[in-house]
Amino acid sequence: MDVMPKWADVILIPLISILLAAILSALVILAIGESPWAALKLMVDGALGSTYGWGYTLYYATNFIFTGLAVSIAFHARLFNIGGEGQALIGGLGVAIICLFIPWPHWSLALLGAAIGAAVFGAAWAAIPAFLQAKRGSHIVITTIMFNFIAAAVLNYFLIGALKAPGMEPATPKFPEATHLPSFQDMFNFGETTFFRGAPANVTFFVALAACVALWALIWKTRLGYEIRSFGHSESAAKYAGISPTKIIMVTMLISGALAGMMAINNVQGEAERLVLNAVEGAGFIGIAVALMGRSHPFGVLLAALLFGFLYQGGAELALWTSIPRELIIVIQALVILFTGALDNMVRMPLERLFLAMRRAKT
Amino acid sequence: MNDIAPAIELKGISKAFGPVQANKDISIRVMPGTIHGIIGENGAGKSTLMSILYGFYKADAGEIYISGRKTAIPDSQAAIAAGIGMVFQHFKLVENFTVLENVVLGAEDSALLRPSLARARRELKSLAEEYELNVDPDALIEEVGVGMQQRVEILKALYRKADILILDEPTGVLTPAEADHLFRILENLKREGKTIILITHKLREIMEITDTVSVMRRGEMTATVKTSETSPPALAELMVGRKVLLQVDKAPATIGREILEVKNLNVTDDKGVHRVKGISFDVHAGEILGIAGVAGNGQSELLEVLGGYEKATGTIIVNGEELDLTGAKSDGQSRRARGISHVPEDRQREGLIMDFHAWENTAFGYHHDAEYQRSRLFMDNAAIRKDTEEKMARFDVRPPDPSLAAKSFSGGNQQKIVLAREIEQNPDLLLIGQPTRGVDIGAIEFIHQQIVALRDQGKAILLVSVELEEILSLSDRIAVMFDGKIMGERMPQNTDEKELGLLMAGMNGETA
Repeated sequence: MDVMPKWADVILIPLISILLAAILSALVILAIGESPWAALKLMVDGALGSTYGWGYTLYYATNFIFTGLAVSIAFHARLFNIGGEGQALIGGLGVAIICLFIPWPHWSLALLGAAIGAAVFGAAWAAIPAFLQAKRGSHIVITTIMFNFIAAAVLNYFLIGALKAPGMEPATPKFPEATHLPSFQDMFNFGETTFFRGAPANVTFFVALAACVALWALIWKTRLGYEIRSFGHSESAAKYAGISPTKIIMVTMLISGALAGMMAINNVQGEAERLVLNAVEGAGFIGIAVALMGRSHPFGVLLAALLFGFLYQGGAELALWTSIPRELIIVIQALVILFTGALDNMVRMPLERLFLAMRRAKT
Repeated sequence: MNDIAPAIELKGISKAFGPVQANKDISIRVMPGTIHGIIGENGAGKSTLMSILYGFYKADAGEIYISGRKTAIPDSQAAIAAGIGMVFQHFKLVENFTVLENVVLGAEDSALLRPSLARARRELKSLAEEYELNVDPDALIEEVGVGMQQRVEILKALYRKADILILDEPTGVLTPAEADHLFRILENLKREGKTIILITHKLREIMEITDTVSVMRRGEMTATVKTSETSPPALAELMVGRKVLLQVDKAPATIGREILEVKNLNVTDDKGVHRVKGISFDVHAGEILGIAGVAGNGQSELLEVLGGYEKATGTIIVNGEELDLTGAKSDGQSRRARGISHVPEDRQREGLIMDFHAWENTAFGYHHDAEYQRSRLFMDNAAIRKDTEEKMARFDVRPPDPSLAAKSFSGGNQQKIVLAREIEQNPDLLLIGQPTRGVDIGAIEFIHQQIVALRDQGKAILLVSVELEEILSLSDRIAVMFDGKIMGERMPQNTDEKELGLLMAGMNGETA
């Protein structure tokens, strides 16, 4: 028998965690002599108060959905893929090559091609640590972290070499016009009123939503998902059932790497329209927090990604309009990660005791 | 009897874990110099009660009296101080220490080890003479057998001046001969005035050695009786709450064609240990071949090879076709395709995924079967649920709810879920390991009936069990394994526990 009802596990615990993080953040803001209330208002206004704000929030959320899903699917096989950052970087390389060297007739075909390129490159980057784990027992946490650094170096090599645009900057040339994805501004333009003006959110958001649904179906409705979950819960049982650990580790990490790589169609093809250094900006690591908070469930990941999108955009607004230093905004974001991800049990334990006491009082 | 204070008296002990009431108002008196048995099914609350007595858990209510004095036992140190010693089911010994060092560990006289060890050596010698507790003080624990390890545990308790000794399922890992030795030791201890509490689920041990016996069921003490005034069927009824058939009812076997043939099978595990050493045997249709042996003598590896998740050399022929023992076809899926079903020894680690729903576990291993697919891509979860409901009804799984997680079922019902899955595949060969380990008596009866029924349908069954009684009552033919080899084959009607016990200990004039 479960100790807590499902709604408490799925909704109540994250809410309390966020509340605790918010209270602590408020104290931090108070300590440096600013008003927490005004800061909150500014964050909400900036991130959700206009379609412009929403455009940024959803843009960030799109990144986090992809990296969050990548970490989630690996979690289901009890693999900890910390390499989302590197896989997304290399995915960007795939997008750049596809967009620069193939003459696409229309953005939709370019999107399809770039998505495939991003997925293949990301998956290939995850395949090496996966192989080392499956065949040699090298711990995937260690190898994926190392591969983040290697990815950054590889990208550097290409951006000052083969793919470099003329000029001083280590970046590729602008992608051709035909590969530019429609932004929300293009999509929600109704003559008189234009929504999302100047915001980077683009059609990739819908690809991310589709990825959530597809991954949900994969995990809970297909044979492969069943095998992945079996392996994740009990490797010894999986062996008994004739599920090959090597196959599951490889396939799961390929899917995970592909999802992380696909983030690049949002930030590289959709927003920057060229590949620059450090294009991922830590979204690979945020994906871990998003997966933890979303309980590795694709729809949970979606909600958590929206929250982190809000924090990113709201935080940027704070930095812009108040004297709260940029570093403190990172502190606030870190507090949310700390409470929702790492300190889960701190909220869970007392809550479980409470529910137990309530149940006993009833009987 | 009233003038002597009981060695232990518990009054109204209650303990709850969350919503589960593990112990409900338990009272018990154990007189000094007696052996008191506590019997009950798994989960009846025996271990919880003893853990309270040894200071691992704190009782929600109730009092403990030691030799007539009310005693608080907040931790195991207090229990030792009160003269209570505990021998756990899983020994708590340091593997790479000597026997002597293990005895002294935690009971050193001073910071310097030498005087303590010298004193312990003298004491061990006198204890060994007094109680037949002979051990080699300088042997490393990892190099001595389980029988001696257990004697070390008893010595540890006696060295700490224990007057009351609690033994939790002490014979589970012993051969019959070792168990007899243990019982002689216990008799000696009793003669010297020690009080012994024996926790077990084996009725035979209770009848053999105890003076009084308490029966626990669902956290309650249902009866305390003099052993001489009760009988195994009466105790079984008290444990389960209804009449139980202890003997398996089966017709003579109708032996058919050969289904399984194993020739010169060798298994070396990943640590390089030679586990199975050139064994050969066969199993025919309509026959149960029982493999007896103390745990860890190669039976597990034999099952794993047949089940397809351990590599081996040699030849295995099923239905006239040779099995792949090392290559791509040496996996569980290929084995199932060849008509081999497998109820593994450890259902919690292998047979089930404890966090999965019952219905997900019903498809486990058979998740490629056509009946469970909706399309090439998707599984038909509704069909699996429906199938699970039917299987649960046929195998009397309680509660019959396919949505419940496997871990929410009792041991017996978990085993029924595995059994239903494997038997209903209608296999030619059923591998079954420890079918009733951790299973309550009521379910044992049912599981045995199912195994015999499958045999009567003309299927071949390979049964591996460490329970000799089970082997003797179910098998049509018995092979005994020791140290990776088959020590001999016997027909159950021509052998007894004594002879099998000798074979299990590796003592044999002839070779198989």
